[in-house]
Amino acid sequence: MTDVAAEPRVDTLMQRVLDADNRHDPYPLYARIRSRPVFREPDGSYVVCGYAEVSALLRDPRLSADPVNSPAPVGPGFSFLNMDPPQHDRLRRMTMRHFGPPNDPGRVEAMRPHLLTMTTSLIDALKGRDEIDLVADVAYPLPVTVVADLLGVPREDEPKFHVWAEAIVQAADRDPRDRRPSEGIQNALVGLGGYMMGLIEARRSAPRDDMLSRLVHDDGPDGAMNPAELTTTAILLLLAGHETTVNLIANGMLTLLRMPDMMRRLREEPGIEIPMVEELLRYEPPVHMTFRSTLADVEAGGVTIPARSAVRLLIACANRDPARFEDAERFIPDRPNNQHLGFGSGIHACFGAPLARLEGQIVLRELARRLVAPRLVDDPPPYRINPALRGPRSLRVQIEGVVD
Amino acid sequence: MSDHILIVGASLAGLRAAEAVRGAGFAGRLTIVGEEPCAPYDRPPLSKQVLSGWVEAAQTELPALRPVDADWMLGMRATGLDLVARRVRLSDGSRIGFDRLLVATGARARRWPVAAEARLDGVTVLRTRDDAAALRVRLAARPERVVVVGGGFTGCEVASACIDLGAPVTVIEALEAPLLSALGATVGRYAAAIQRAKGVDLRTGVTVTALEDDGAGRLARVRLSDGQAVETALAVVCLGAAPNVEWLGGSGLAGSPRGLHCDSAGRALDAAGRPVDGIFAAGDVVRMDHPAFPGPPLRTEHWASACEQAAVAGANIARPGEPARRIAALPGFWSMQFGACLKLVGAPERADRTALLHGSVESGRFVVGYGQAGRLVAAAAVDHTHWLPFYEAQIEAGAAFPPTFARVDPPAAAWDFAP
Repeated sequence: MTDVAAEPRVDTLMQRVLDADNRHDPYPLYARIRSRPVFREPDGSYVVCGYAEVSALLRDPRLSADPVNSPAPVGPGFSFLNMDPPQHDRLRRMTMRHFGPPNDPGRVEAMRPHLLTMTTSLIDALKGRDEIDLVADVAYPLPVTVVADLLGVPREDEPKFHVWAEAIVQAADRDPRDRRPSEGIQNALVGLGGYMMGLIEARRSAPRDDMLSRLVHDDGPDGAMNPAELTTTAILLLLAGHETTVNLIANGMLTLLRMPDMMRRLREEPGIEIPMVEELLRYEPPVHMTFRSTLADVEAGGVTIPARSAVRLLIACANRDPARFEDAERFIPDRPNNQHLGFGSGIHACFGAPLARLEGQIVLRELARRLVAPRLVDDPPPYRINPALRGPRSLRVQIEGVVD
Repeated sequence: MSDHILIVGASLAGLRAAEAVRGAGFAGRLTIVGEEPCAPYDRPPLSKQVLSGWVEAAQTELPALRPVDADWMLGMRATGLDLVARRVRLSDGSRIGFDRLLVATGARARRWPVAAEARLDGVTVLRTRDDAAALRVRLAARPERVVVVGGGFTGCEVASACIDLGAPVTVIEALEAPLLSALGATVGRYAAAIQRAKGVDLRTGVTVTALEDDGAGRLARVRLSDGQAVETALAVVCLGAAPNVEWLGGSGLAGSPRGLHCDSAGRALDAAGRPVDGIFAAGDVVRMDHPAFPGPPLRTEHWASACEQAAVAGANIARPGEPARRIAALPGFWSMQFGACLKLVGAPERADRTALLHGSVESGRFVVGYGQAGRLVAAAAVDHTHWLPFYEAQIEAGAAFPPTFARVDPPAAAWDFAP
């Protein structure tokens, strides 16, 4: 008799983290995974989950963010998110000139009144309803509108632009084992790319007071980006705004709905929203993991990761490392010395962090203040499949009214 | 039982040491003696924001990190130390006793060596808050030319402030490039290039032979070793700093013109290299044994070193017995000049070779590594400081030099120099 052995299925802790069934609560798995700060998976990739190790490797020049350097190389990085220096530095520097100090120090702070107005109108629209979906009604539309305004996408174009963005977000939210090429994402990228190129050309001849116009007409020390660079950078900013801030807001509200005492503190203590958003970024970060490839042998956590290895840096796991954070599993809204990795670290640290912080602070404070007796309908809520960009797909909440 | 800790020196190291003494739970009497009549202030802004007018000299007072509950004796200089009687002699002739002593007398600017020339109106140094306030007044009066004597850190920062203010400036440097003696040829080449590009009249490989007066006690011109002269009414002498050790002469402590020798716990040593009971030191006055750099002690003059040494010495002096803490952080400093940020970690004075690690000198963004006998001992970055934490860890791990590992952002060309 012949044994027809099924392919041995090694169910590692990491595979269980990636399993959609555990998306609602990967933290018990993280606690077990953390017994080894760095380890090798059966497929030859490496997982890094200790705070000291993740923090060090995020700043290590022997690690590349460019997919051409991965063990299974694909095309070169699309935008500066997936590029290495010096190309990364040049594009990021040119973009940052129009988003913050020293060249444009007031850019984000100047958006404060506008952010509050948008938040107010989104919450006003909830009046008269007794059940809302915080993702569809607030967490998703707010950052999309903000980043579109920042770049200079006309309001009237927002609907078509939402369709592409949604398609790309959906495509990113597939089972990672599904390796079939996605037609949706290709079509959406082509559509969005063509649209952005048109907008860029329009701003070239008729600049306005928006970031796209400034990028097109840049006269800084690095000159101006070429049309392809402008297009990919604009798409990067649009998508990054879509896929992350939505999780910050949704994960934040979910956390607060589960801890009514924290919701009360946010309502009652002026200024608490500032450290509280930092604690949310530690405790329930919008991005759970990020990927790199080693260019050389790298020693970390007592393990030598060989050159040309795929490396998975578990930010969310590092954020609850008891070796770095006292009472790491506890939500402490005014936690001191909270140097979380929620925005990453090193040269790829979140570009939009100052804006995301401000959005999170304003929208969470306003939701806490204005929603009357909010109550979770499903706990846990349904989650998006994506294990890296982790957040609820919807967040149904019953309310007893909306105050002004 | 008397229990009196005396700190001599009321600048950064003195203040931080006092805070560490209280932080360690010392409840006895604490006295701080300071030569200058003012509360402790911060020096880094004096050669930058104060000169360019962003910050008033008087606004540089250091914030206290905790109450120190000390008797402050300001405007009083220490002139002698008697270790047997446990007393310090002060400039007013009085003596003050102590049970334990922490020396934080810092360093002073080296003046122009010819006294009569150094006294001319228009010849100045930059070390204290008063120096900075006076120099700011002169720079704000739009001088026709400023001559900076010495292209070290302070000299380069003064020249940078002059350029920011639109004042024509000449830098005289004895070596082939500014910053060369501290950071080697690569940074020196960069510094020379950026200074010339920004409009500095940079004279290298020459020295000043005389500061000449106008017949009325004012500076008129600076005479150079190449026979040339620069007409100017304002010369800033930036020839480095000398540790204030003279008052320790004859005390039995291991003081020399290079500084007071201490171990890595901040304990002052005697001539035989043994720790002297109850005597500690911190800051610019100190040459300290560093656990990461065996060999001669380091005198670093860095802001961060003063803070760490003060924290260590202050904690140890507060608790008699075997020292609880030793310095561990690598030396490091930063400078801002000509629109660029320059940072260093490690001990470049130990290096026998340098190598470019990232970027290019031409782009104005690069990292230079410093090696000693095949080990990385320091790294300096210009507008590329994000890689320094990595190299700091590499230095601590005793990594090989020059590094051969593949990395992102490799150097544009393999510049290699003997420093």
